[in-house]
Amino acid sequence: MRTRDLTGDSTQVVRVPTMERPRVNQSTKMSVSDLAVWYGEKQALHGVSLDVYENEVTALIGPSGCGKSTFLRCLNRMNDLVPGVRIEGEVVFEDQNIYASEVDVVELRSHIGMVFQKPNPFPKSIYENIAYAPKILGQVRKRTDMDDLVERSLKRAGLWEEVKDRLDAPGLSLSGGQQQRLCIARAIAVSPSVLLMDEPCSALDPVATATVEQLIDELKENYTIVIVTHNLQQAARVAGYTAFFHLGNIVEFSDTDSLFTHPREKKTEDYITGRYG
Amino acid sequence: MSQGISLQPSRQLRRRYRAERRFKAYCVGALLLSIAFLVLFFSDMVRQGHSAFIQTEIQAEVTYNEDTVKFTNESVDESIAPLVSRAFFRSIPRRVDADPSLMGTTETLWLTATADVDQYRKEYSDRLEPEMQSTLERLESEGKVSYGFNKGLFTSGDSKIPSNAGLWSAFVGTFYVMLVVLAVSFPIGVATAIYLEEFAPDNRFTQGVEININNLAAVPSILFGLLGLAIFINFFGVPRSSALAGGLTLSLMTLPVIIISTRAALRAVPQNIRQGAQAVGASRWQAIRDHVLPLSLPGILTGTIIGVAQAMGETAPLLLIGMIAYIPDAPTSMTEAATVLPAQIFTWAGMPERAYVSLTAAGILVLLSLLITLNATAVILRNRFERRW
Repeated sequence: MRTRDLTGDSTQVVRVPTMERPRVNQSTKMSVSDLAVWYGEKQALHGVSLDVYENEVTALIGPSGCGKSTFLRCLNRMNDLVPGVRIEGEVVFEDQNIYASEVDVVELRSHIGMVFQKPNPFPKSIYENIAYAPKILGQVRKRTDMDDLVERSLKRAGLWEEVKDRLDAPGLSLSGGQQQRLCIARAIAVSPSVLLMDEPCSALDPVATATVEQLIDELKENYTIVIVTHNLQQAARVAGYTAFFHLGNIVEFSDTDSLFTHPREKKTEDYITGRYG
Repeated sequence: MSQGISLQPSRQLRRRYRAERRFKAYCVGALLLSIAFLVLFFSDMVRQGHSAFIQTEIQAEVTYNEDTVKFTNESVDESIAPLVSRAFFRSIPRRVDADPSLMGTTETLWLTATADVDQYRKEYSDRLEPEMQSTLERLESEGKVSYGFNKGLFTSGDSKIPSNAGLWSAFVGTFYVMLVVLAVSFPIGVATAIYLEEFAPDNRFTQGVEININNLAAVPSILFGLLGLAIFINFFGVPRSSALAGGLTLSLMTLPVIIISTRAALRAVPQNIRQGAQAVGASRWQAIRDHVLPLSLPGILTGTIIGVAQAMGETAPLLLIGMIAYIPDAPTSMTEAATVLPAQIFTWAGMPERAYVSLTAAGILVLLSLLITLNATAVILRNRFERRW
């Protein structure tokens, strides 16, 4: 069994090494191979490969500018929005390469949701924040169905009790942590199968962070989650698998416990013990 | 024993303070100077213009019969008649036509006095014939002379009779022209800005377009008049002097203003709103329509109002397309000859009679208050809808 240290400081991990998790039981949800990304002349990713396992949380860690956010944004093609970007390699999702010409990005993004670093609720009411995407995607047509969906999504994001009496209040009137959970509710309202999170707690205080982390833990029952984080403890707390990025390459990828307790690479060890980064 | 550190200001520090005070004094001086100019301008306009808002009226008995309809001067007492504005006498046949029961009756009315009488009473001139002076004194002692609000200033069009000249046709012309400006430059400007800001690739071509648009906003307005003359009137055959030609020409000027302010408003919407929308599966256009545009609307409207207000005060390009004509009757369509407020002011400023000086100033005051209202609306809009995100 994997121990989960919710308060521990991962730079001084003293946990007993656990057995490496048997990967045979894990089915692969997304498979990335030889992904290379250029922003103009600058290469941000040098052909990285990684498997994202179903119903698991995969954390991407590494120093600033190592390419982990770039990697994350390739998984739902948000990088397409960056002017001058060039992407090579394959990302296989549901047996299709999402970079194949017949794949539609708008369709893709309704299956792979995303939560951003800074909470970015739409400047509309709480209700509309959730209802917007299902409405434009034509998933829900009846008002009562929509009410149900909004309630279900907010409940799943653990926000329902706090906002059920003021669904018409602007999303921006919520606190930072609530806004971030609203964004998570918004993302899961369209029933994606993968959730990408780009440093979802970096703008939140410790209490809100704990709430969101707990939520992530619950969400992995139904979703496959990939999370970028600067916070090593957070990776240790929420992720089953962790990838360490450095200078546009994946230095090491394994289950979280092994990575933090028995890093195979010197660079990984230096980074997680705070000697580098 | 201290290390000899003195906390008194050193000579060098005192010099810096002096420099600071000097600089502040320059700035305050500049501010005071500009305020002084503004106050001077406004008070002069009010001093010159206020008298045009009131007008001398004379009480007299008006007789309607077969003769007076033909020889309208005879409808009032012959001693009073020379004091009454010709515009009234001209209106008598119309009045009788409108209400035939007036025929053969006599009624007591307050009649607009001639400009000479008006100017004499307002002490701008002493050029009044002695007989008229004595008549006026007699009427004054009988309480039959007074000042009334000059309704004609707002309800009648331009006239060669100063006491009858008003801004109505200029109002209507301005309204039509602004309608054209809005209808043309708002949709084109906003659409252009959305394309440039949200869709266009960043390459040489779009950079060139951007630089040119920024430069267009600084082109002397008279050049737009030449362009309007060449394109709209000579090439497309839009009627000269018409509100349509004026509006199209002014649209050329307003377009860059709207494009620039719309782009600024769009740019002010944080990128993460667009990304958030696209991450839940909205298309680019849906993200813009549903999230970016509602947020930037106050900025867009502010820019539009300021652009339109600028166009409203513009005269130079209109001179070139003939919108400086004498227009006594308000236009009833876009293609009829029209005039606008600043052009009307320009026309009046060139008239020789003393009464037009007041009219010019009054016209300026009216135009200024319209512009101030528009700009205040823009400011209120901006403050009302300014949101944090």
